[in-house]
Amino acid sequence: MKELRIIVCAKEIPDPEAPLSDVSVDAEKMEVIVDAPQVISPFDENALEAALRITEDMDSKITVLSMGKKVSDTVLRKTLAAGADELILLEDEAFEKLDSHSIASVLAEAIKKIGEYDLVLTGRQAGDWDSGQVGLLLGEMLALPCISLAREITIEDGNVMVKKSIPEGYELVKARMPALVTVSNEVGELRYISRTKMLKMMRGARSIPSWNREDFFSAPEELLKMGIFELSSPPDMGRDCQILEGATPDEQAGKLAAVFKALR
Amino acid sequence: MAQGVWTIAEEREGEIRKVTYEIVSEGRRLADAAGQELTVVLLGSNIKDKAAELGHYGADKVLVADDAKLAPYTTDAYVSVITELVKANDPAILLISASVQGKDLSARLSGSLDVGMAQDCTAFAIEDGNLVATRPIYAGKAYANVTFENSWPQMATARPKLMDISEPDTSRSAEIVDATFSLDESVLKTKVVEVLKDESGKIDLTEADKIVSGGRGMKGPENYNILEELADLIGATVGASRSAVDAGWRPHSDQVGQTGKVVSPNLYVACGISGAIQHLAGMSTSKVIVAINKDEDAPIFQKADYGVVADLFDVVPALTEEVKKYL
Repeated sequence: MKELRIIVCAKEIPDPEAPLSDVSVDAEKMEVIVDAPQVISPFDENALEAALRITEDMDSKITVLSMGKKVSDTVLRKTLAAGADELILLEDEAFEKLDSHSIASVLAEAIKKIGEYDLVLTGRQAGDWDSGQVGLLLGEMLALPCISLAREITIEDGNVMVKKSIPEGYELVKARMPALVTVSNEVGELRYISRTKMLKMMRGARSIPSWNREDFFSAPEELLKMGIFELSSPPDMGRDCQILEGATPDEQAGKLAAVFKALR
Repeated sequence: MAQGVWTIAEEREGEIRKVTYEIVSEGRRLADAAGQELTVVLLGSNIKDKAAELGHYGADKVLVADDAKLAPYTTDAYVSVITELVKANDPAILLISASVQGKDLSARLSGSLDVGMAQDCTAFAIEDGNLVATRPIYAGKAYANVTFENSWPQMATARPKLMDISEPDTSRSAEIVDATFSLDESVLKTKVVEVLKDESGKIDLTEADKIVSGGRGMKGPENYNILEELADLIGATVGASRSAVDAGWRPHSDQVGQTGKVVSPNLYVACGISGAIQHLAGMSTSKVIVAINKDEDAPIFQKADYGVVADLFDVVPALTEEVKKYL
């Protein structure tokens, strides 16, 4: 079989684990300001891990695409340290404040520019806006068969075989390649990368190609479908916790059982 | 001009799923606010006899798309039929449940219809005749109210278990209409080879009415049996925090949190879970939250309605015994 070409789309986001105190909302400028280090969106790391597993014993090339107003190549170089063959950054001032449709259209144009590919993988959703649309929209735009929520991906005779999570278990879904698959957390975390490998990649002289809108696309802002009407800090989700006291665990358990009983 | 509120029913094995009643009830409220009619699209095979009940929950019209290729659900077939029906009827608002199936369907539909979509919303309003959707972003650390820019229908999904189900009114009846559509085999680009069901009969976390979750405080995979026992008694599904999943104690499909499953059960019992931000983002919209933890300073207590400060290995088995008494 010829070389299998996989494109993984990876988004750089502020660490989703950042505490509430590090997040503020500028309602005027319609911006969420997160004072936290940038990371790769966790589901996109799952997607890269799925790609690495597929290609373990196969002649292959993994290209990672990342898009933003300004993408940090030090954050994204992690994908190369993990085993991706190529990283391409899509950077342009115009890529700020886009919605799912316009982001997917930029990615679609970039993928067309790359040309040959068998499989496009994305995370099932981004870890900041959690929309879960870009991957599947991209599939629609590229007119590819789409399968969502993969927990395991294998390749068989030019077909992609996906164990897709459903509420009762999973479906084994088959599609002819090229195809698009969105990857779920069930795949598991991105593999461990040794510190030496990571440092080598971070300090490496390897230059990372960066394309801007002129290289492949003209006006994503014209494709905006959604507007932000208002941004706000979250409503106070704190609750008035009633501590169930008791001299013994049995006594505490008895009080809790009464709460359960009342809820039936 | 686009008119009417549409919702999509969800069926599995010939039965209407509960999330459908949530979305139909919410659709009714929005239709009233906008002064419009509510249409529910029901897709499936030999499903027409289920249409009347949707009228009791507020549908003015049920559009039935009946075809052997529409059961069981496949994204390709649903997207093809709904796209055709929407284009032919031009509704103003399209509301879908943000269930596992609904998230998949809605994202693809927004592509095939070339419209914007607001995913996993927690509230809706009609302002000047337009839909305004509220959704948590950044793991619930900010909220956005989003609107649609010249994009019809205005499309959104609602987080399961958050929208109140209206009391069914059996005196209400909906007009039931057979939908006309073409469903060409060529649109079916993916094929389900086999379905492997979890035989434990466990209800998926996103749809569970009650959840008992264990975190790092469980100390090891062998100890989850005490949660299983309690869960079986009260009809709950067992979940886990990310640290328990990362440690390999529980499967990834059990993970509650922003990077796992977002849940809103009526009762959420957090055992030995400290309350990391990404966990809280996945369960803080639960109706009643109970926390059992040894550490009285654990952040989970700030999000809980009831707290027990004790060793879970003492309290949980005792609780199971107490629950047996009232069952």
